[in-house]
Amino acid sequence: MSATEAAPRTAELEKCPTGIQGLDEITGGGLPRGRPTLVCGDAGSGKTVLAMQFLVQGIRQFHEPGVFIAFEESAHDLATNMASMGVDLNQLCAENKLAIDWIHVDASEIEEAGEYDLEGLFIRIHCALERVHAQRIALDSIEALFTSLKDQGMLRSELRRLFSWMKEQQLTAIITGERGEGRFTRHGLEEYVADCVISLDHQLSNQISTRHMQVIKYRGSAHGANQYPFLIGKTGLSVFPITSVGLDCPAPSEQISSGVPRLDAMLRGGGFYRGGTILVSGAAGSGKTSLAAHFVRAACERGERALYFAFEESRQQIIRNMLSIGVDLAPWIERNLLHFNASRPSLCGLETHLAGILAAVEEFAPRVIVIDPMTDFIAVGSLGEVKCMLTRLVDFIKMKQITAFFTSLTLADHSLEQSEAGISSLIDCWLLVRNLEQNGERTRALYLLKSRGMAHSSQVREFLLTDTGVDLVDVCVSAGEVLTGSARSCGWSGGGGTWKRRSKICADNSKW
Amino acid sequence: MAVVTSIEEHSPQQNGEGCWQLRLYVAGQTQKSLAAIANLHKICNEHLQERYRIEVIDLVKQPQLAAGDQILAVPTLVRNLPPPLRKIIGDLSNTERVLVGLDIRIAGQKE
Repeated sequence: MSATEAAPRTAELEKCPTGIQGLDEITGGGLPRGRPTLVCGDAGSGKTVLAMQFLVQGIRQFHEPGVFIAFEESAHDLATNMASMGVDLNQLCAENKLAIDWIHVDASEIEEAGEYDLEGLFIRIHCALERVHAQRIALDSIEALFTSLKDQGMLRSELRRLFSWMKEQQLTAIITGERGEGRFTRHGLEEYVADCVISLDHQLSNQISTRHMQVIKYRGSAHGANQYPFLIGKTGLSVFPITSVGLDCPAPSEQISSGVPRLDAMLRGGGFYRGGTILVSGAAGSGKTSLAAHFVRAACERGERALYFAFEESRQQIIRNMLSIGVDLAPWIERNLLHFNASRPSLCGLETHLAGILAAVEEFAPRVIVIDPMTDFIAVGSLGEVKCMLTRLVDFIKMKQITAFFTSLTLADHSLEQSEAGISSLIDCWLLVRNLEQNGERTRALYLLKSRGMAHSSQVREFLLTDTGVDLVDVCVSAGEVLTGSARSCGWSGGGGTWKRRSKICADNSKW
Repeated sequence: MAVVTSIEEHSPQQNGEGCWQLRLYVAGQTQKSLAAIANLHKICNEHLQERYRIEVIDLVKQPQLAAGDQILAVPTLVRNLPPPLRKIIGDLSNTERVLVGLDIRIAGQKE
């Protein structure tokens, strides 16, 4: 996804890239080459998936065959589980790129009568390595031996022998272990595997579970030490590090239409900057979705693809509603220029949403996207988490120079300028739509709160939803009061016969 | 089919019921391996009289055979017949454990 910060220096430890999205970024290039890495976590935290994916990516991307020694699941179970992530283990084994050996010790079958050692284990591992000429190996989870074999002293010394033997063979290994109380692993594997330790966990908050990964230790290398959220999805495991590269993206000066000509006129005559972020906030029913619909229609008319993420209404509902103001989105859908992705925010965690959005953007390759509304995410996570997720989303789309249009619902009693989720710092252009109640009627007004990098009109315009779409109308000012709706059209100002002037829509305030 | 280093068969005329089939996995000519072989013969002679058959498999020479019987520790003695499958790990120096593990009644009683 993105490059690491510094170029590797020769004095640094050689790294083995995992090929797992995001993990190579946090580890500064991958796992330590020729050394074992400990992956610890509770049951179901994703250790087996990580270990297997390390081997599979090694085969697919780096042409390094691997061996998977399973102590818990049989080869058949593993193949079934990994098939759901698009990995065909049987095929890889048939091609002799991957060797899987299931080592099963049934304590009830075994009687100990005298001294023994674990040479059988060594022989089997060696056999598997020779078969495919492996450079990578995963042991999942060798702690199973502790429960089946009684001679713990012998077991520990054999493990020590095993790990030093693996180091001699220059194998890059992943060793998995269950999380212990006050220790990394239940049986203290960290005694032998101390070069790199990665911890996985599975936290529940607000009824939604999120997975986190942390590189607790990495001898001889700098690494990201924070907890990073990750997902296990259809393509396996992927980690989302916050990259600082997002602030190093190009700033295009091309302007694209908002779909409302008079709004474009307010924006230095051209519209929004391409690759920028736009926010429209307003109370319920103020017309935010309508503006979004105009924006995507304008993009489609230019032949650009638009992706609309709807978190409140269904696709059919939006199409029907927009038809009532004369915006027909159906033909663009048929021409495959417009695509809707509708789902409820409460359906899954923020990370899953982010992953879904990123995946959809990668697949559909739109030039513009709409997130309508983004405030619903606050139901799923805290303000801080939502801002974090939106920051990553904005980084991603800015790198791709995709223009993003967000809508935000402000609650009736909140000030309209209260920045939702602290997101205003991420927004380049902020439009506010306000409902006005005046002289017994409700009208709407729109104004630009900010538009970075361009001179813009700071005047309020009346915002109309007509049969032919959104229109911005010059307002009338009389006796210092803005007249909208019927008051405007009849020029009435309440006092009887007072002077009125029209304020023309123009790009800046210098001329009337 | 597997080629084994040595097979010893007693009571060639009996090949079915009552015949014990034992397989001993060793790794090279180590002290434990030799001790296990010697101990096994001793125990079989004493308690099983003529009704047994021992296969000794050297995993150093045939490593691929380890996976079949799920061999982890060495030496391992596997009782294939009579069923059920039993495994005993160690150099078989503890005779009592071996007898319990193989489920052999004390010498004199028939199975």
